[in-house]
Amino acid sequence: MFPSRYWREIPHRYRLEAGKCTGCGFVAFPRRLVCPQCGQREFETFKLKGEGELLTYTVIHVGPSAFVDDTPYALGIVKMDDGVNITAQISDIGLDNIEVGGRYKIEFRKIQSDGHSGIHAYGYKFIPIR
Amino acid sequence: MRDVAVIGVGMNKWGELWDMSIRDIFTEAALKAIDDSGVDHIDAMYIGCMSSGLFVGQEHLGSLMADYLGQGNIPASRVESACCSGGLAFRSAYMDVASGMNDIVLAGGVEKMTDVGGDGATYALATAADGEYEVYNGATFPGLYALMARAHMERYGTTRKQLAEVAVKNHDNGSKNPLAQFPFKTTVDGVINAVMVADPLTLMDCSPITDGAAAVILCPADMIGKYKNHPAVKIIGSGHATDSIALHSRDDFTSLKATEIAGKKALQMAGKKLSDINLCEVHDCFTIAEIVVTESLGFFEPGQGGPAAEAGDTRIDGKIPINTSGGLKSKGHPVGATGIAQIYEVVSQLRGESGERQIKNAKVGMAQNMGGSGGSTLVHILEVI
Ligand SMILES: [Zn+2]
Repeated sequence: MFPSRYWREIPHRYRLEAGKCTGCGFVAFPRRLVCPQCGQREFETFKLKGEGELLTYTVIHVGPSAFVDDTPYALGIVKMDDGVNITAQISDIGLDNIEVGGRYKIEFRKIQSDGHSGIHAYGYKFIPIR
Repeated sequence: MRDVAVIGVGMNKWGELWDMSIRDIFTEAALKAIDDSGVDHIDAMYIGCMSSGLFVGQEHLGSLMADYLGQGNIPASRVESACCSGGLAFRSAYMDVASGMNDIVLAGGVEKMTDVGGDGATYALATAADGEYEVYNGATFPGLYALMARAHMERYGTTRKQLAEVAVKNHDNGSKNPLAQFPFKTTVDGVINAVMVADPLTLMDCSPITDGAAAVILCPADMIGKYKNHPAVKIIGSGHATDSIALHSRDDFTSLKATEIAGKKALQMAGKKLSDINLCEVHDCFTIAEIVVTESLGFFEPGQGGPAAEAGDTRIDGKIPINTSGGLKSKGHPVGATGIAQIYEVVSQLRGESGERQIKNAKVGMAQNMGGSGGSTLVHILEVI
């Protein structure tokens, strides 16, 4: 992974920075240049609280090489209370205990490593709120 | 706009074609289409291909394929819309002829997927999803469709068995298709007990990795008198729509909005109702996709796609035959070629040339080709004249 490709997403992945449309309040994660809802082009930086409800999930048994040591791993879509949906892995819960409708929060985790000598890539995973 | 007809179709036997390069695979299918039509040249060409760059390290297919097809300096374009690149090539060729710009136009599709290993193929295919916000976090295509499957099961009670019925039916149909990659039959238990890929989807819910190509020849409807090899088939409807590339950005994971919109546009243009459609090829990249697509096109109410598959409504002798070719599941899924192969099947059925899998009195057929997790869709309607 070329460092600049990784680096430019850091505000989203490390700090959960979204953009909030100053016209209609639409939350864009990642940020956008134009609001798909009202066409406005001005956004203010908005930090997601990072908690929400699991809408759907799967357990991936055959994964790409970057995740081959992690299989089987759970992947889900959480509807954030902040008003945006996010796809990420579900961690810190038994694979059989995951249920649609469960409450999850985002935690900063290592996501993948770029081979033996490349950069470690970090980001977010969903952790159950107990 | 001029009326446009399909006057030739060609396709090769699909599978793991170790001894054939991407140029050979494409050219073989294109030559079959040219021979089938009886034309002595083509004026222009559109090639659907998702990712020859990642699969075989080759871009610039317009130049390569026009040369190897012996068509000299004609305008030739490669078009891409992930797994519906073929459908997009067909629509591009249709618009080219309809506009009056060119008369004899070839629409083809090709993918050579076995020159990379399974991981290379997974990587290439994943580029049809949101790279930074789905794939980065571990999403795969079976995974994305599994997310849709789980949502559909939770909302409508769609069962594991209903998903399996789609694969069983498509392998039944594919067993009658001499060009299919996997013409074997399977059972509900065979699907459910296959190795798990992305829960609830097993290997037998997934379409395979395939090498293959297909091509068709289009011309203005008022020129078909010159090429009378077969009953003429007219393109009467074409719909194209997009949706967000990321599944999570959509309001609903249990329906496909781009498919819904493209289907309505195609029907409106054709002046037909769904009840006029005698057969439909749909993009069953995964079993759940066929269920959701048949609902989003309107053949079944939301939530009724699973029960309809289980009741046999989509079999060759059912109310609306879906994927008489065997679909992506049994016929194979060389991604860029799939949309053209669907047109191949619809034209063959409308001509009455589908042999063992021929449906009776086929007059109007539909093809739905979809990219990614539903981020783009092409729907075409054809009628025999
Ligand atoms: Zn707005």
